Amino acid sequence: MISSIVLTTGLLLILIGFWGMLMHRNILRIIIGFSLMSTGTHIVTVAIGYVKNGTAPIIDRVLNMSEAPSRAVDPIPSALVVTAIVIGMAVTAIMLAYTIRLYDSKKTLSIDAFTESKW
Amino acid sequence: MTRRVFAVVAIVLFGFVFATLATSYTEQHSLRRLAESYVQLVPQKLGAPNVITGILLTYRAFDTLGEVAVLFMVGAGVVLVLNVDRWPHAAAHSSEEPRPSSEIVQSGAQFLSPLIAIFAAYIIMNGHLSAGGGFQGGAVIASCVLLVLLVYPHYQLNIEFLTITESVAGVLFVLTGIAGVIVAGGFLDNRILPLGQFGAFFSAGGIPVLSILLGIKVGCELSVILDGFRPGPVGQKDKV
Repeated sequence: MISSIVLTTGLLLILIGFWGMLMHRNILRIIIGFSLMSTGTHIVTVAIGYVKNGTAPIIDRVLNMSEAPSRAVDPIPSALVVTAIVIGMAVTAIMLAYTIRLYDSKKTLSIDAFTESKW
Repeated sequence: MTRRVFAVVAIVLFGFVFATLATSYTEQHSLRRLAESYVQLVPQKLGAPNVITGILLTYRAFDTLGEVAVLFMVGAGVVLVLNVDRWPHAAAHSSEEPRPSSEIVQSGAQFLSPLIAIFAAYIIMNGHLSAGGGFQGGAVIASCVLLVLLVYPHYQLNIEFLTITESVAGVLFVLTGIAGVIVAGGFLDNRILPLGQFGAFFSAGGIPVLSILLGIKVGCELSVILDGFRPGPVGQKDKV
């Protein structure tokens, strides 16, 4: 149940981000849409790793080693998402850097002004 | 107008696909075989209570190395894109001196930044015991740097020191990996150091070492990226 809620939230976030990317003409808003989309993807990835009545895969007083395989959630999506968050941040940084350069060249942030690379 | 119609159609179609996904989704009742073997092997063979750190820094440590390389390229890319003959004409319309931050903001930053740094060290050092690790701690260090940069706009980061520290950490990371080939079972194997008592602070072999190196490297890289976004050429932010 709980992971369905998380999954739906993540999918909604992806849709909102996609909508933002398609509807807005301001480059900064497009980047915000992209960030929303990638956050949604992370949430979806974590949600599909959930195991019913599972807990975090960290062995301590609450979760001992012998019962861990039956009570822990899937650790692989979590490990992947740690990677994905860092890469998403890196991509955002590069996009913002290019945005600064684009603004320098045309003094506007509207994507409609940059028609040279349009096919 | 047609563009809007196309956008709406695309979003509705995506929404339809996602709705089907969400309604047909059922929770797993047990782990898949790969996940199950990870959950069993990481505590038993690697001596790390946190399974995710065990995967990130031993079984999938090669991915982590590649990811650090990506971060390095982004740092270099941001500096490259933003630093080319951009600032002479940008200096013209930023002639007036920015107002210094208020007393409250300055005191707050002075009080908080050491605490944030200590918290980052805690996160990095406990990566093998509880939630945390090199990436997370490095990001917290960068948030501390960001706070300082926001409060003191003229603060000069020692970029040279950051770059050298980052390179040394990267080289040591790879050397630790090669030591795994020589002493233990393979590249980036954590059993180069004794595993120690399960759950103790000094345990899990090479994982804390890799965590620290990763934390230093990520912290330095993110700080360089943050510094790249400030006006002025790298290393001489005061000139603008």
